[in-house]
Amino acid sequence: MSRAPIVSLEKVTKTYHMGQNVLNALDGVSLTFQEGEYVSIMGPSGCGKSTMLNVLGCLDRPTAGRYVLGGQDVSAFDDDALSGIRGKRLGFIFQSYNLIQQLTVVENIEVPLYYQGVPAHESREAAAALADRVGLGNRLDHKPFELSGGQQQRVGIARALVNDPLIILADEPTGNLDSRSGAEILALLDELHGQGKTIIMVTHDNEIGERSMRVVRLRDGRVEADITHG
Amino acid sequence: MDDLRDMVRHSRGGFTLSRLRRAVLLGFKSLWLHRLRSLLTVLGIVFGVCSVIAMLAVGEGASFEAQEQIRRLGSNNIIIRSKRPTGTKNLGSQQSFVLPYGITYADVDRIKGSIPGVRVVVPGRIIKTNIWHLDKRVDGEVVGSVYWYPRMRNLKLLKGRFFSQLESLQKANVCVLDEKTAGKLFPITSPVGNSVRVGSDYYRVVGVIEAESRQAGRNNAGTKHKGESKGSASVATARAYIPLSAAKDRFGEVLVKRNSGSIEATRVELHEAVVEVKNKAEVEETARIVDEILARNHKKRDYEIVVPLAELRAAKKMAQVFNLVLGSIAAISLIVGGIGIMNIMLASVTERTREIGIRRALGARRRDIIMQFLVETVILSGIGGLIGVALGIVIPYIITAFAGMITIITPWSPLMAFGISGLVGVIFGIYPAIRAANMDPVEALRHE
Repeated sequence: MSRAPIVSLEKVTKTYHMGQNVLNALDGVSLTFQEGEYVSIMGPSGCGKSTMLNVLGCLDRPTAGRYVLGGQDVSAFDDDALSGIRGKRLGFIFQSYNLIQQLTVVENIEVPLYYQGVPAHESREAAAALADRVGLGNRLDHKPFELSGGQQQRVGIARALVNDPLIILADEPTGNLDSRSGAEILALLDELHGQGKTIIMVTHDNEIGERSMRVVRLRDGRVEADITHG
Repeated sequence: MDDLRDMVRHSRGGFTLSRLRRAVLLGFKSLWLHRLRSLLTVLGIVFGVCSVIAMLAVGEGASFEAQEQIRRLGSNNIIIRSKRPTGTKNLGSQQSFVLPYGITYADVDRIKGSIPGVRVVVPGRIIKTNIWHLDKRVDGEVVGSVYWYPRMRNLKLLKGRFFSQLESLQKANVCVLDEKTAGKLFPITSPVGNSVRVGSDYYRVVGVIEAESRQAGRNNAGTKHKGESKGSASVATARAYIPLSAAKDRFGEVLVKRNSGSIEATRVELHEAVVEVKNKAEVEETARIVDEILARNHKKRDYEIVVPLAELRAAKKMAQVFNLVLGSIAAISLIVGGIGIMNIMLASVTERTREIGIRRALGARRRDIIMQFLVETVILSGIGGLIGVALGIVIPYIITAFAGMITIITPWSPLMAFGISGLVGVIFGIYPAIRAANMDPVEALRHE
């Protein structure tokens, strides 16, 4: 395949200053991801997984290097522009679901569209359709605390899909779930991958990592291994 | 490359009305989540706004009352009153000593003759006495005056007429009662055509005129509630007006007051004279000239000169200071309310750090976050303002009903108080909102 990569990191470095110490959380990482890939980023804690996800998610800017997302160099974007990219191009799935407690299921799903200025009736329709797709069509007006962990994470996935993002970033999506609910969530991610979505997932669980087609292992801010399965 | 960026900007440009509506809705939702806290926060603003309006209403009422009492005297008028000279009190112990003092008919003629700007001079005699009708009695004053007295004093005739020039010349036994006297002596029947008795003389009632002090309380722009029974507005003494010529004949000029063990006699020709000046600008200058003329013949300073215009100006100035002080006290309470809002919003921002992180991750810009928190504070202070305005309008009624004070709510005071409360919301909301917006999204998301 000679398509342009959907994500390309070129010698990305992220440096933290902790008092006198200088810590390179990412140390010249170069990676490319193609559209439709399902990538797991793995490694021991402190290896730079979270920093990588923050950079990929435009929540943090690299200290050095280039980050090109969908053909657009976003490494020099200002705060407002990055917010725009997050809202339009990215979908986030968090370990602790991160739903807004005072909003209902359908309202939580439509939050990204709200910040895109999508009219209320359109975003409501899209959110309801996605809630239905993740199997919560009958729970539209429930509050997060009325749902189980698995259900909450499905709301999270629906929210990550609502803006039709270029890539979906998942941070330990099953970390807070029991094995059965976890399996359901993973099955849902497999299904999305099957539909051609690009998924980048951070996990420390080998078993989960093995399900994806490509595993990137980080150690001390560098790429230790980059294995693509058949 | 840039076109995507443009597209991003373009689709998000500007706050539409529906967006604002949703922001407000969201604000209500978040506030409703912490009902008690929101309510307590609102209370600060409620009391602030309410006290601004109520205090200004009381202040406005008090100054209106004072000004109206002065204005009633006539702003073109100079009032000369006879005054007992100081240091003559003990002379009354000597038997059959008659103390003459006060302004005389000659004084009135002198003023009339020597000052060109003077229009009318109203002489008046005031005799404290009882007024009778059958077995009903009123402790009041008989005022001997001239037929143009009501016009000079801006008094309205309620029934009948005032006595005429002819009746003055004839020294006729006619009288005009003020409404207070009329109400007491003739509770059921109409006084006009009936007679009242003063001493051994009977006077035919030809009219009823409004009480002099009761005038306070009309022709004003604002809303106003007036005390019915109490309050200084209605403490006027009961009066009956008779022609000055008749008063001179019937009562003489020597008044005798019997105290225990001593008899005190005074001779006063006129108790009061009102000088009307044609041009308002010359009132104070004329008062000075009047004073000069009188001083020549009254070495003992047995008179005083009251210039309502000067007093009105002083009263207005006083009222301004009064309102300023009351307003500032109330404004301080508004600021305290605002600090309360800021306090709660800061707590709320800290508590909702996670939510802010989530929203930022999902595409909210800094200004979206600022908007969200600012909308919440404005809702809080707006609701507080509305309740405060409602209470602030009701409370003056209660003050009037229970304390008998005149209160005036000027139309601008609720508007101003509400406006200030909104402003307080924005001013004290902006800092917490900016703090919320400046949080690092990564840190915020990690917050427990």
